[in-house]
Amino acid sequence: MSVNPLVCVKRVVDSSGEVVLTEDGQGVDGRYAGFTMSAHEECAVELAVQVAAAGNGSATVMTLGDADAVEQLRAALAVGCTAATHVVADSQAFGPADVAREIAAVVRDHEAAGTPHELVLLGNDAADSGDFQVGIRLAYELGWPVVNGVSTVSVADGEVTASGAGADGHETYRLPLPAVVTILEGGVEPRYPTVPGRMKAKKARVEEREPGVAPTGASRLRLVLPPPTPSSVEILGEGPSAAPAVVDLFERLGVLAR
Amino acid sequence: MAEVPATADVVVIGAGIVGNSLVHHLTRLGWKNVVQIDKGALPNPGGSTGHASNFIFTVDHSREITDITLDSVAQYKEMGVFTESGGFEIARTEERMEELRRRMSSAKAWGIEAELVSPEFVKEKVPFIEEDQFIGAFWTPGVGVVDSLRAGTIMRERALATGELTVVPTVEVTGLDTEDGPHGTRRITRVRTTGGDIEAKTVVIAAGVWSPKLGDMAGISIPLTPAVHQMISVGPCPQLAEKEGEISFPIVRDMDTFCYERQHGADMEVGSYAHRAILHEPEDIPSIEQAKLSPTEMPFTEDDFDPQLEQAYELMPELLGAEGAEIRYAINGLLSLTCDGNPILGESEVAGLWTAAAVWIKEGPGVGRAVAEWMTHGHSEIDLHHSDIARFHTHQKRREHTRLRTTESFIKTYGIIHPAEQYESDRDQRLSPMHDSQAKLGAVFFETAGWERPFWYESNAGLLEEYGDAVMPREHEWDSRWWSPIINAEHLRMREAAAVIDLSAFCIFDIEGPEALDVVQGTCVAQCDVAVGKVIYTPVLDAKGGFRSDLTVMRLGEDHFRVVTGGAHGMADRAWFSGHLPEAGTTTLTDLTDDVSTIGIWGPRARDIVASLTSDDVSDAGFGFLSCREISVGGITVLASRISYVGELGWELYVPMSQAADLWEALLEAGAPHGAVPAGIGVYGTTGRIEKGYRAYGAELDGERSIVEAGMQRPKVKAADFVGKEAYLAQRDADPQTVLCTLTVDDHTSASGVKRYMLGGEPILTRDGGSLTDGHGHHPYVTSAGSAPSLGKHVLLAYLPPEQATIGNELAVSYMEELYPVTVGSVDATPLLDPTNDRIR
Repeated sequence: MSVNPLVCVKRVVDSSGEVVLTEDGQGVDGRYAGFTMSAHEECAVELAVQVAAAGNGSATVMTLGDADAVEQLRAALAVGCTAATHVVADSQAFGPADVAREIAAVVRDHEAAGTPHELVLLGNDAADSGDFQVGIRLAYELGWPVVNGVSTVSVADGEVTASGAGADGHETYRLPLPAVVTILEGGVEPRYPTVPGRMKAKKARVEEREPGVAPTGASRLRLVLPPPTPSSVEILGEGPSAAPAVVDLFERLGVLAR
Repeated sequence: MAEVPATADVVVIGAGIVGNSLVHHLTRLGWKNVVQIDKGALPNPGGSTGHASNFIFTVDHSREITDITLDSVAQYKEMGVFTESGGFEIARTEERMEELRRRMSSAKAWGIEAELVSPEFVKEKVPFIEEDQFIGAFWTPGVGVVDSLRAGTIMRERALATGELTVVPTVEVTGLDTEDGPHGTRRITRVRTTGGDIEAKTVVIAAGVWSPKLGDMAGISIPLTPAVHQMISVGPCPQLAEKEGEISFPIVRDMDTFCYERQHGADMEVGSYAHRAILHEPEDIPSIEQAKLSPTEMPFTEDDFDPQLEQAYELMPELLGAEGAEIRYAINGLLSLTCDGNPILGESEVAGLWTAAAVWIKEGPGVGRAVAEWMTHGHSEIDLHHSDIARFHTHQKRREHTRLRTTESFIKTYGIIHPAEQYESDRDQRLSPMHDSQAKLGAVFFETAGWERPFWYESNAGLLEEYGDAVMPREHEWDSRWWSPIINAEHLRMREAAAVIDLSAFCIFDIEGPEALDVVQGTCVAQCDVAVGKVIYTPVLDAKGGFRSDLTVMRLGEDHFRVVTGGAHGMADRAWFSGHLPEAGTTTLTDLTDDVSTIGIWGPRARDIVASLTSDDVSDAGFGFLSCREISVGGITVLASRISYVGELGWELYVPMSQAADLWEALLEAGAPHGAVPAGIGVYGTTGRIEKGYRAYGAELDGERSIVEAGMQRPKVKAADFVGKEAYLAQRDADPQTVLCTLTVDDHTSASGVKRYMLGGEPILTRDGGSLTDGHGHHPYVTSAGSAPSLGKHVLLAYLPPEQATIGNELAVSYMEELYPVTVGSVDATPLLDPTNDRIR
């Protein structure tokens, strides 16, 4: 039996030093930083592609978002997903429960159409709203088991093995398929698109659909930026004589091991 | 970290390639107390330098840009940051091959090694290219890449080593204060910054894409727009990774798809000029904190790049599709574009406030040196008049103009641009009072300085039959593009009868006041202390004896002079004269360009026609050559000036704009029985001029040329002092290094049998194709080319080495990589037609 994961992504504003909010305070303004999917979702896409490849299946990517969100679908298609579903809707009007319901509808419809997904991968949380809810609500909606916040996933013998850092050490879970898993970044290195991959993605057909039900919304009043955190600059030195201090700092930060 | 000093002799705003080069050259030239600030951190403050692709192709059709580029390359090499890679410009079409042949002309003219090569030659050096995708290439071995950030640091450190530079990063300019000077002028006094204010009498805006915002702070227009250039980086490519260093393969410019492939270590950078023009406002550039990467590395818009990706893949499938090669970096990089493609350099209308913006990496160090020289001496070694900020007319200072023109020109970055090509956008900005009448006559309008000027009139098409082959028709589409044989028919009719020419685009300004004579005497080479009513044609020089301009001056009163100059360069001339007004403010300059129209009438019947419309004495005795006075023509009072740029008897008639259309109709009506026709600028600017060997500023004359070399010296030099006098006297005593000559083409027949006609810019070689070099180390090229229908010849002007400047000398011109025989006809200003100037009398 082949494994055909569905991976869910959300179009969000890319990260920058200073977060710029939209005028109505309902979202983050992407005109300077541009748009992307979150780092968790990039890892989820990478895992979906690996799982599909290992299981002789194919990975499908889906999103709920406005017309421009097709860019994120094509980004996933460019790195190995082979099908895409776009629920065309204003993602800001959709709360976590609404999104979970729409994903569940896609899962059911694909199954009815003869292309079932045994595994649904999501990012642990969206980079903009950070609700941490969609994965669990989706599992509840589908009646599937779920594990949250893992960083590696593999599938064998009708079972998914998911592991990641836990509160008391490294944790590994085994879940029967079908299952829902939400991914934390760090377990895999997401690949960049290749030129042929990007060209293929450009031409891939994207399934477009309307949302099934009117959203109840996130009940969000508005986003507020935290006060700027004071930063301090410590000059480590100048010229070659500063090198040891830089090495020490890198070791303290854990980016360099001696 | 340095504090912002309270005072400076000069403040340089910006620490990109331009600002860093400026502080180096300013301190080298002896400037003290130099302060450089930038809102970003060093060494990469976040401007366009930080993400530049950093490669340099040296051949450009513009001599000015080529010279700046070559100087920059020399400086990069001296700093040890230049790596020679060689570069190909490949052609996918025959039309492009022809353009590459034209590029060979420029390469030879500017003395840059280059050759046309086969796809196999390219494949030899770039093994991963698909040679069946193109038919030939232009190979420049001297192309290379630079480390522009390192160069900036080196130059800044050299300036710091003099002890005269203070660098303060991470402070932002919040205001530029000015104070009022005499006759409506302003002067810079202070730079306000987030780190404190700096009192300074000299300030340079070298802030790249942010420059317009800074200009606004001082109330000046720096008309550039930030525009997106898309670039991706693909790697690691095994074919590249196995080579040492940054670059081992030549850079490929895929001219017909408007993209390039440039190796950068293990990656291949693919850059595009093929996408829609994506323009930003300077105010919409994010701050460093708001940006994802840097303020000028905007989010990549994939859809715009996708078509380009496929074309690049077609060209290099094995490389770009290599196992493991991924798109690791992709940006919409911001760079600066201007309405005419040239940089914006020089002192603004606010005294002491200089600009050095819209400069690319290939020009940065050269611009820094030239602008520093200009600031120090009042002129630079390399002529910069195409880049002078003073060139902009009011309509060009609008952001809308820049936006429309750059939207049109962006896609032509790698385009094939005909030398006479006209813009389509933002036209009809300045219309002469005769415009409607001209449109009815089928005028074909070309734009100069915003003015719509008829180049020829379709209403004269009937003359073609009359003159037959004497109109010198051109068979080849390129030679006849933006051209018509009607121009030559109008010319012949002018020489036979008369022509009426609209010259409304002239820039006209009056200098009046007690020091008016001093002002014109001090700026003009010719004697200006002449009787009231005299007309003076004169060069205007800079202090080193190079041309600033050539123009006419009329003495209208003891204390009243009128300066008339070409529209294209008129604003710079106005700025030059304004800069020489005395501080006291008692003598003023008044721009009359929009109030006064000019209509010329010339030809053997011109006197009869004017006489039929006036009771004033217009005989030679009553109205001599080079004199001017008010007369009534057709009941309209005009200032008539007996002068000619076409070598015929006639007048320029200066008339209030409101009455110009009536005068125009009156002249055409009275002229018709005499055979007069309206004629366009094709006659005025080219055919009439070139038969008479009249020099044109911007073609034969510029800051690198002298009066002696241009063959324009008079027997005497006036006693009064003038700018450039000392240098001019020295030039007269020395042997010229180069001599402006007039040549005629002996045979136009190409190898294919099609007759070809040069358009200008082509190299002059020995008869058998050997290279020539003058005393400056320059190679001769055609400065102006045009039909001389009355001679039945195609005439070329070119500066030749003195030993080649002999009448009858047989040489050749290279056009589209074929040689055509030419013969030297004149070695000074002696015209080929009517050398004794009888026709003018």
